[in-house]
Amino acid sequence: MSKIDLSVNIGGGLILDNPITTASGTFSPRESSEFYDLNELGAMITKGIANVPWEGNPTPRIAETYGGMINSVGLQNPGVDYFIEHELPFAKQFNTKVIANVAGRSIEDYCEVVEKLSETDVDALEVNISCPNVKKGGIGFGVQCDLAGSVVKEVRRVSKKPLIIKLSPNVTDITEIAKAVEAEGADAISLINTLLGMKIDVHRMRPVIANKMGGFSGPAIKPVAVRMVYQVRRAVNVPIIGLGGIMTGEDAAEFILAGADAISVGTAALVNPTAPVDIKRELVEYMERYGFKNLAELRGALNE
Amino acid sequence: MSKKVVLGKVLLNEMIEKDVYKMVIRQEEAAKSAAPGQFVNLYTKSESMLLPRPISICEIGTDTLTLVYGVVGKGTKEFSSYNVGDAIKLTTALGNGFTPADAKVHILVGGGIGVPPLVELAKHLEGEKIAVIGFREAPFLHERLEELGVKVYVATDSGAHGFKGNVVELMEEKGLVGDYYYSCGPKPMLRALAAFCEAKGKPVQVSLEERMGCGYGACVGCVCKTKAANEVGYEQKKVCKDGPVFLGSEVAW
Repeated sequence: MSKIDLSVNIGGGLILDNPITTASGTFSPRESSEFYDLNELGAMITKGIANVPWEGNPTPRIAETYGGMINSVGLQNPGVDYFIEHELPFAKQFNTKVIANVAGRSIEDYCEVVEKLSETDVDALEVNISCPNVKKGGIGFGVQCDLAGSVVKEVRRVSKKPLIIKLSPNVTDITEIAKAVEAEGADAISLINTLLGMKIDVHRMRPVIANKMGGFSGPAIKPVAVRMVYQVRRAVNVPIIGLGGIMTGEDAAEFILAGADAISVGTAALVNPTAPVDIKRELVEYMERYGFKNLAELRGALNE
Repeated sequence: MSKKVVLGKVLLNEMIEKDVYKMVIRQEEAAKSAAPGQFVNLYTKSESMLLPRPISICEIGTDTLTLVYGVVGKGTKEFSSYNVGDAIKLTTALGNGFTPADAKVHILVGGGIGVPPLVELAKHLEGEKIAVIGFREAPFLHERLEELGVKVYVATDSGAHGFKGNVVELMEEKGLVGDYYYSCGPKPMLRALAAFCEAKGKPVQVSLEERMGCGYGACVGCVCKTKAANEVGYEQKKVCKDGPVFLGSEVAW
């Protein structure tokens, strides 16, 4: 198609053919493969996987908002053992890296999942530290530097895979959290997870989502995500996977200009199932238009 | 790559009852992919409304789909404004629809905007066909069902048309008994019908509705509980992908 080199090193020795990954929770290998060739992806990032099955939240779990959506799936998942036996083999048949997203309610939970996945052929782990810590009154691991750092320290000890830490944007200073997880050995950082949001049905006078609040995503949040990627790029040295409302190839370019090494497509793929491959094609078109031969050139091109 | 997002053309879009519209879309791939009880995702043209709208398929032609939809919000309001000749983005057919059963007497039970998928289903059934359909005020699609050789019974909440009451009461009043039941409508109706069928020892397929995100099984937004032999006694299925049609006996109501 072109002479553009889309390959990217996202840390821990993990090199992707291209920077397009699927945001955790918005991608399912079997279902998405009915719409496009998964070999086109740089990496597939799975739904969050816990040590035991999680039932998730009651329905309704989804609300549409202006230019965005709120979800409260509650990380419903069948647990790590089921994932390894039934889901990983399907994902691994493609010539695409598989990054398993890890969820937990305690540090022990995270470590159990990481230990088990370390013995499989997953290519890397992405740890979702936005989960509430049940032992600390439900406060998110990702909102305090010491908590975030301690999760990374413990999973680093038991992990044999490249370790990506996914940050919560619901914090005062994202750079402090990023520095804390880098200091404890994160190979890469992905950001941002969803913003905490809420929608009320004014005709029924009640929250739309059964769990009242949920994760706000989509193009409406993109400026927040771009800003945070820009800030974190200037605070740490590890590679960054940027995400938050990427709908087009130009949106992907915006994140890379802000400092992202790779990007994830999330909400866009729920809207249009083929969004990841459409965005990849559009990114190439953008790079051709401005004469970028590789991603490093694009990343360094921000005029400020 | 069995599924696609495609562009279709509006051939007809008219109000058939208050806040209920019938749209015919020419789109050959979508028509060829479709089976009774499935749905398509329709896309609005407004970028402020991201999510596609899942709309059940009312009738399948050789290169057309007929959709009968309720105007319930901004998205469906936009659809209702489309003119003949307009382009519309949609997916090919999604979900698992009804499975026509081998039975002497089929009873199709519909409630409101749950009636449309029963029309295409009726064309696929052999034997005697009875429809028992309920509405708040005014019925729709009853004449179309009659054209297809279905004996139709109408119930309305107000009693303005047909029987005053609900569809289960109407079946009992008329002593209607079938060998196999199919249903689509509001959950309380489906639950009552499933209990009715269980008491009579008759099988029923129900089409469930739940607020969807993606409509193709990626987001796990629309789940329902089905019975399972595990510790908790149920498992969660995706309405969009595993359903929307389930056996009434497998749903954990």
